[in-house]
Amino acid sequence: MPDLIEKTPSGAAAAAAPAAEKREKPRSLWGDAWGTLRRNPVFIISALLILLLVTVSAWPGLFTSTDPRACNLDQSKVGSTSGHPFGFDIQGCDVYARTIYGARASVTVGICVTVGVALLGGVLGGLAGYFGGWWDALLSRITDIFFGIPLLLGGLVFLSVIKGGSVWTVIAFMIALSWPQIARIARSSVITVKQQDYVQAAKALGASTTRIMLRHVLPNAIAPVIVVSTIALGTYISIEATLSYLGVGLKPPTISWGQDISSAAQQYRNAPHMLLWPAGALSLTVLSFIMLGDAVRDALDPKLR
Amino acid sequence: MGRYVIRRLLQMIPVFLGTTFIIFAMVYALGDPVAQMFGDRTPDPATVARMRHDLNLDKPLVTQYVLYMGNIFTGDFGEAFNGQKVTELMGEAFPTTLQLTLVAISLEIVLGIGLGLLSGLRRGKILDNVVLIGTLVVISIPVFVIGYLAQYFLAVKWNWVEPSVSADPTIDEMILPAFVLAGLSLAYVTRLTRTSIVENMRADYLRTAVAKGLPRRRVIGVHLLRNSLIPVVTFIGTDVGALMGGAIVTEGIFNIHGVGYQLLQGVVRRNSPTVVGFVTVLVLVFLLANLIVDLLYAVLDPRIRYA
Repeated sequence: MPDLIEKTPSGAAAAAAPAAEKREKPRSLWGDAWGTLRRNPVFIISALLILLLVTVSAWPGLFTSTDPRACNLDQSKVGSTSGHPFGFDIQGCDVYARTIYGARASVTVGICVTVGVALLGGVLGGLAGYFGGWWDALLSRITDIFFGIPLLLGGLVFLSVIKGGSVWTVIAFMIALSWPQIARIARSSVITVKQQDYVQAAKALGASTTRIMLRHVLPNAIAPVIVVSTIALGTYISIEATLSYLGVGLKPPTISWGQDISSAAQQYRNAPHMLLWPAGALSLTVLSFIMLGDAVRDALDPKLR
Repeated sequence: MGRYVIRRLLQMIPVFLGTTFIIFAMVYALGDPVAQMFGDRTPDPATVARMRHDLNLDKPLVTQYVLYMGNIFTGDFGEAFNGQKVTELMGEAFPTTLQLTLVAISLEIVLGIGLGLLSGLRRGKILDNVVLIGTLVVISIPVFVIGYLAQYFLAVKWNWVEPSVSADPTIDEMILPAFVLAGLSLAYVTRLTRTSIVENMRADYLRTAVAKGLPRRRVIGVHLLRNSLIPVVTFIGTDVGALMGGAIVTEGIFNIHGVGYQLLQGVVRRNSPTVVGFVTVLVLVFLLANLIVDLLYAVLDPRIRYA
């Protein structure tokens, strides 16, 4: 209720005194969203965490001087000692170094899949929404088909038949399986925007199709795509870890938290530290990206406030 | 209504064929089922040729697919590489997973909707914040981490429950695995219910109901809840299929011999008939669940009519 009461008088005041509004710089959706984000503690915390994670994955050498692949079986499953705060895993590798070096795979997969899915799904879905016709009909059937394959199930079946286990294979397969979700959202968003008066006005003024798409439709239709992509980023990291844990995602020599958790899980009952540290790092990473997604959604989707 | 159901069933056919064809093509065209049977040894070429012929693998992919689908409709899902019939494996696996899924869904409905309703009604209060933070944490922790944490603390350290489920599991043994399986969706259901309740609290019809002097129970139970549950029902319905497939991780941790366990074994041992057969049935379950959700809409929201 208070929302309603607040809005009405301010709207009336603005209408009555247009001069007062002129002095204030007009705020676009993006300026407004940035203003909201900056003041949101959730955003600040998650942004700092993500900054740290990106630094760790770009320069892991800054955080540890131990080689994550230098292992000594004498130290198998030894707990925390001086110089090795997280202890050692089954192979006698330093858990701290492996946790630090494991960040790169997760962060790379998360960011690349999100960008790839947003670009591919956004462009294909957006074009289908704008032009309609046979491509729209075909795309709708394709998204229907992919909707029937859950990401985890599809990833398990698809990745198990190929030999490679590099970061790029996993990224390519995850993009191939998840772009239709974003395409659907981009399509419906573009259809809504396309019918707005300002698009009709631009058309009536004789603007070219390219200009209408880039200047009028794109900036107004992109918000839902950004919101869903940001929230999905954390989920992609979680799914990559699950696939690696099941033994079909990332494979050695790539160091990843999913694999480390999987090998630790075999004997975690007498050495839980091997499982807890990579699992904690993984959960914290997913948490910070999901928090970022929540904050971005709150900023870009005023209806949910 | 009847015509709508028939139209939807007809629409399902291309989706079902497309989805299963993708899976079939992946497993049979990219992977080589015969080479996998021999492992690292180099097989005798004549034997390979005969086996490829027996399994229809020497025919074009589309023909193979049509033959496979033809067999499925007569109830023949083929044999796993150890000679066991895939339908036999399914007969053991599906009831177990169904039991697990039903317990998980009940948890989602009772706890998820209950918590979502409570926190939505008390928006901004302590309970609401606790629920929001709690669900955020549950969403962030991957299922296998939750599974091992639950197993480690509840079963190994404090000995409250058995760490793994017996061969012929009872319902009470299923509760911990079901919690782990449902965790993520439970958090989503709670958040979805909460958002929906908060949105509908502002609706005109609710103000009217309060102004008419209806008792609070009726306002919440009939007017608010029924309208707020529409998106929740959609989610839970689509989740049935996701849970049955998502049980791969949970069943592995708690040693439950259900669909997920068999599927993972099939993938690890490269047992193509098992994998394709199980995935085909899962896709069917998923599509049917979606159909039921669409029909439930009409029950919950009388404005939606299917002609």
